[in-house]
Amino acid sequence: MHELSIIANLFEILEEKAKEKKAKKIVSVKLKVGKLSGVVPEFLITAFDIYKKDTIASDAKLEIEEVPIKIYCQKCKAEMIKDDFVFICSECGSRELKTLSGTELFLEKMELEV
Amino acid sequence: MKKKEILVLEELLGSNKKIASEIRKKLTEKGILTFNLLGSPGAGKTTLLERIAERLKSNYKMAVIEGDIETERDAERIRAKGIPAWQIITGGACHLEAKMVGKLFSKIPSDLDFLFIENVGNLVCPASYDLGEHIRCVLLSSPEGDDKPKKYPKAFTTSDCLIITKIDLVPPVPFNIELAQKEALEINPQLKIFITSALKGSGIKELVDFFILSLHTLRQHHA
Repeated sequence: MHELSIIANLFEILEEKAKEKKAKKIVSVKLKVGKLSGVVPEFLITAFDIYKKDTIASDAKLEIEEVPIKIYCQKCKAEMIKDDFVFICSECGSRELKTLSGTELFLEKMELEV
Repeated sequence: MKKKEILVLEELLGSNKKIASEIRKKLTEKGILTFNLLGSPGAGKTTLLERIAERLKSNYKMAVIEGDIETERDAERIRAKGIPAWQIITGGACHLEAKMVGKLFSKIPSDLDFLFIENVGNLVCPASYDLGEHIRCVLLSSPEGDDKPKKYPKAFTTSDCLIITKIDLVPPVPFNIELAQKEALEINPQLKIFITSALKGSGIKELVDFFILSLHTLRQHHA
């Protein structure tokens, strides 16, 4: 359960950006969370709703886009979604793979009232 | 009232990553090879460190940072082996963060060869936090079960080494060593695997030899 400390980091960024843009309120926040990021989106939402009270984001809605684990086979050049955590190419059996997506954990955008 | 959407694209753990990179840079310059040890409570992290200390201490200088939710016990165990150790008490937090390690930095002697950071016992949260280590090791003890790599993938995908511990308990503990290795390599083909028993002393020499080799590699690259 490190989602609360991740949300605390998120609020550091949110408050800084809101100040920079002289916002009165934060209306919505959108995160991208990869399946390999090690965090649980539902817990992020719960933590966000606890944390937002009495902040500039007190009425804000948190939206989370989950990003699948996508890999690229360096041997046969195939691209595939790997949500089973088996990092072996399903086309040729190679283990020489590159992760293209799935490790994301970032704040994509936010909507402000200015 | 005007609404405005702004694109941010900022990593949530970006500040931790930045601190971790600074720590790693300093440790690399000093030639101190640093490890982050992950594993469940009771996986045998402290006992393994005791065995490593016994092998390393005559020829190398090592120190340990212990992370725990409460108590100074683990640091005391390491100090009893004649090794400097600092305890980070997180007071409830389930993982260590780079800034906690950063705060201790001034205490770390410059002439060390090895620094081991024992994370809070937890196979989930510590995996998300880079502490500035060079090598991340995940421990899996036989009583936990051979299915853990698939169940806790992040700890295994982000690690460089898998150290299977308490192998002397197999049998009677039902732990399929081949299956555990196969599944760990499926989620991370680059994992180096060591099979150990801190009680019987098996596998410790191989592990320590790998650490020594890695120390020389680090120093050669940054000579």
